[in-house]
Amino acid sequence: MAYGDKIIDHYEHPRNVGSFGTQKEIKERSDVGVGLVGAPECGDVMQLQIKVDDQGNIEDAKFKCFGCGSAIASSSLATEWLKGKSLDEGLAIKNTQIVEELSLPPVKIHCSVLAEDAIRAAIADYKEKNGIETADEHHHAH
Amino acid sequence: MSVKLPIYLDNAATTRTDPRVVEAMLPAFNDVYGNPGSRNHRYGWESEDLVDTARRQVASLIGADRKEVIFTSGSTESNNLAIKGAASMYAKKPAGQTGRGHIITAAHEHKAVLDPCKRLTKEGFDVTILDPPADGVITAAMIKDAMREDTILVTIMWANNEIGTINEVPEIGALCHERGVIFHTDATQWVGKMPTNVSTDNVDLLSLSAHKMYGPMGVGALYVRRRRPRVRLTAMIEGGGQERGMRSGTLNVPGIVGLGKACEICAHEMDSENERLHKLRVKLEQGITGKLDHVQINGHADKRLPHLTNISYGFVEGESMMMAIKEIAVSSGSACTSASLEPSYVLKSLGIGDDLAHSSLRMSLGRWTTEAEIDYVIDKVVVAVKKLRELSPLYDMHNEGIDLSKVQWAAH
Repeated sequence: MAYGDKIIDHYEHPRNVGSFGTQKEIKERSDVGVGLVGAPECGDVMQLQIKVDDQGNIEDAKFKCFGCGSAIASSSLATEWLKGKSLDEGLAIKNTQIVEELSLPPVKIHCSVLAEDAIRAAIADYKEKNGIETADEHHHAH
Repeated sequence: MSVKLPIYLDNAATTRTDPRVVEAMLPAFNDVYGNPGSRNHRYGWESEDLVDTARRQVASLIGADRKEVIFTSGSTESNNLAIKGAASMYAKKPAGQTGRGHIITAAHEHKAVLDPCKRLTKEGFDVTILDPPADGVITAAMIKDAMREDTILVTIMWANNEIGTINEVPEIGALCHERGVIFHTDATQWVGKMPTNVSTDNVDLLSLSAHKMYGPMGVGALYVRRRRPRVRLTAMIEGGGQERGMRSGTLNVPGIVGLGKACEICAHEMDSENERLHKLRVKLEQGITGKLDHVQINGHADKRLPHLTNISYGFVEGESMMMAIKEIAVSSGSACTSASLEPSYVLKSLGIGDDLAHSSLRMSLGRWTTEAEIDYVIDKVVVAVKKLRELSPLYDMHNEGIDLSKVQWAAH
């Protein structure tokens, strides 16, 4: 598949790869929210982590991704966009923006959906850990 | 030693036409351009002579008589003609009825075998599709167990196109002859690479393609046994009655000449080429498996073609792997560039999990593959897998002792 330059750039130089600890550690850290979405047999799994400061802003984000070039680029881009945003601003990121930014081909749109799911899952995890009420975060089931 | 990029390791998809083959074909374009069916002039006679020479060259490579070689457009057509043509000819009941006869094949056959078989199920035939064992090798014992009173045709490929495993063709053929059942083998990946003798290997119908053995695309042949038993087929393409009435249409003379020359070269060079490619394949496999954990070579350890290897890389995904080794032309076990995200049905039929099937690469070596290329490929693959595992949440989880099969994945 011939990909656009931005996908290739994120694929070859993925931003913010990593984790804020082992699976056990990040589960216990209340300042970290983790979103793990996808499934190995579907060919893509994204793990997105956000680190939230005292003011409720996302000060850092990291990802790991098992998936195609578009999935890697989508999750890499998501971490870039999340840094410095509030939780609400994070929730406002839409998959269509990712599609547009990366010029994802139609067969790869599900990668952007997965990235949006990962963002929502990470924020939901952080809120749950910290007892923050979630207003309406379940409308995106698919 | 420097290598020319990209490196071509997809010889099971198609091979470069050998320059000696191209050379041999040129007169059939430039000088001898008659229709071999024209019986009244020199142009026709000379064309017929070229075709006749090619027919002998093909026959000689597979131990057949030249009268047993039917030229086609390639293996897909040969398979269709063999399977549908034999089923129709040996049907126990006329069209429109059920119970017309039983056919045996296997789940990891090429689509050019499976789809004709599926069509026959709609036309009143019963088809048994055997599940291959984990090593991918179909044995005569498996065929014997599947045989019925009304079995009319067994179609089992000689060597598998994705994993290179070799089925027990001579033994299956002997069993079929004992039972009076017609035996067809799709030998597309086998002929020209491995010694073939349709007599001692007990084959009744054999499909082959020129472009898998350094000949041109668009030409192939079907071997049709003439004695013990004399195999008859219902033609699929009707018209001028060429090829003993089994395949009408003006012969593709340049292509046929190319096929013949390709067969002649393979016959001469097969032994030394096999030895050379086998050494390179072993080097490739050992280089990769020696430097990476969680990799598996698919298919039987020894009963495999010398030039082909299919390796699954745990915890990395196929397409991103292909991107990481874009300087190497290979084939992926995953069709994930399509919307379907379906991993290879061949690997799945061996019981390989979807996750590993997604991350499998077939590398097939050929006449121009060099040791310097193999060294380059080993390095590239190892670096790519390590890079992608750095990125892979699955590799982390696995290394932390999490059983990935027990995780509640949100399938999408």
